[in-house]
Amino acid sequence: MKILVFVKQVPDTDDVKLDPKTGNLRREGVKSMLNPLDANAVEEALRLKAKHGGTVCAISMGPPQSMDALKKALGMGCDEAYLLSDRAFGGADTLATSYTLAKAAEKIGDYDLLLFGKHAVDGDTAQTGPATAAQLGIPQVTLASSVEVEDGWVTCNRILGTDVQRVRAKLPAAITVCGDINKPRYATPINIMKAQKKPKYTWTAADLGADTACTGMKGSPSATKRVVEPPKREGKAVYFGGEAADAAKALADALEADHLI
Amino acid sequence: MFKLDTEHLELQASFKEFAENEVKPLAKEIDETERFPIETVKKMAEMGMMGLPIPEELGGAGVDQIGYVLAVEELAKVCATTSIILSAHTSLCCWPIMKFGTEEQKAKYLAPLAAGEKLGAFALTEPSAGTDASMQKSTAVLDGDHYVLNGSKIFITNASAADVFIVFAMTDKEQGTRGISAFILERGLEGFSISKPENKMGLRASATCELIFDNVKVPKENLLGQEGKGFKIAMATLDGGRIGVAAQAVGIAQGAIDEAVKYVNQRVQFGRTISRFQNTQFTLADMQTKTDAARLLVWRAAAAEQNGEPYTHLAAMAKLYAAETASYVTNRAVQLFGGYGYTKDYPVERMMRDAKVTEIYEGTSEVQKMVISGWMGVK
Repeated sequence: MKILVFVKQVPDTDDVKLDPKTGNLRREGVKSMLNPLDANAVEEALRLKAKHGGTVCAISMGPPQSMDALKKALGMGCDEAYLLSDRAFGGADTLATSYTLAKAAEKIGDYDLLLFGKHAVDGDTAQTGPATAAQLGIPQVTLASSVEVEDGWVTCNRILGTDVQRVRAKLPAAITVCGDINKPRYATPINIMKAQKKPKYTWTAADLGADTACTGMKGSPSATKRVVEPPKREGKAVYFGGEAADAAKALADALEADHLI
Repeated sequence: MFKLDTEHLELQASFKEFAENEVKPLAKEIDETERFPIETVKKMAEMGMMGLPIPEELGGAGVDQIGYVLAVEELAKVCATTSIILSAHTSLCCWPIMKFGTEEQKAKYLAPLAAGEKLGAFALTEPSAGTDASMQKSTAVLDGDHYVLNGSKIFITNASAADVFIVFAMTDKEQGTRGISAFILERGLEGFSISKPENKMGLRASATCELIFDNVKVPKENLLGQEGKGFKIAMATLDGGRIGVAAQAVGIAQGAIDEAVKYVNQRVQFGRTISRFQNTQFTLADMQTKTDAARLLVWRAAAAEQNGEPYTHLAAMAKLYAAETASYVTNRAVQLFGGYGYTKDYPVERMMRDAKVTEIYEGTSEVQKMVISGWMGVK
């Protein structure tokens, strides 16, 4: 089985600040990390490989430093890394990104399963996985909290609020996974050592045979005009005293009054 | 060797992530309760950290010495106890078997140790043989196909949880240090008992115990190296162990600095954060400079060992300086925290207690000075 897992290098969320003048993310000096939900996707890919055999290819689109996210994926145990890096890919929205990722999937070829994190913590759109499936014309399952593969079909549990929906799709298919699907493993020393010798490819728009009118800013019908920080919420503490039963009633009344229950 | 390469940076990042997520949350609790963190040992085994510098074909991870000291430092930043569990196991138990063991000993003991299925310990110190390790009173007498071991060992790290022990004993008292031999002992041998852990100032969860040997029958094939070569084996093992302890000391110091920087940037006195005061700035600058210098000494010693160059004096310098730095830095960190630093609400008091022993074990600072001046030709 060939699994393609798509990963993104994102700013460390503990470290992110907005520039108060421009409203843009301040990226200088901000540490980067593998998007946490993509680590779940990598973990799921490796578990499926352990069960069914095959190859796991990690793919990322971004500037050269995005190779760090791919190296993390290799250190966790992925077999091959593909960095899609070209100035023509810069400024892409989810449509242009999905076009580029789909071109890479086609070039790698023979894939059975595409795995994505549900969303990236920086853009938070949750569109790239589904859009890539649409570009490739393959079935998609979003919000998966379990993934099982059998006889050319993939079966997933989908988390929908308080309900779980069980669906199946014919392979090849694309899945986006939730955070509670698994606990991502660490990059182990032995895999980090091996990762140094694993295949790492960097592909440009030309390598992909991509139409640059469809990539990057040119291929993006949407653009970010402005980023604003949501107003800070004032926290306040209310103490309900007295007997436990009275305090519980007072708390319930207060929550009800605020339409919270 | 002033900058880590990509591979080392990736290893470091992984060790840091593991230490922050799995080790740091337990540090306070195990210090207070003196509970040996066996679950962390299992996690380190799953991660493949229990045989880092052991070649893959012998069951280890095949990481070089620099990679190994990075692991010890990252663990020590958040929990010095956990770092010495790893370091004693790796440097003092796995290493001598790798270096001096027979193929059979490597297969039987090193492979499961490096895989983390078994935990190792090293037993040289006795009540009257501390810095003067030549004064071994434990004896091992050959009797047919086994040695009969009698005596005791004190201050043995990992003891209550360990499965495999490197133990030194006199096989020929007439020969002095050339009469000392090394043995591999398994836990559970008849007559081999382990006391309750010592109640220590720092590293309170590292299970430091006394070992007692009462006519313990040790199979002849468990002699490590040749008879009479035990002292050399012990000294060679401690050379490497000192690099581990030096890395631990650097980690403790850096951990204290990291905590202090966070604290001074938010603690307000006289209407401003205390980070704005020059005393704070200069103190932290000194702390970081010394710690960086110590780290470079550690890397130099580790690189020399990796390259097969003489490193006894380099290990001694690294340990001497790193240990003194750890004590200085943690002491200053407590001072920057003021009264809060003296409480158990913040980790710097623990770090200060943990730092002290790096000046004492695996060769005191005074021993390191003897080694260094001896290497300099000072007689």
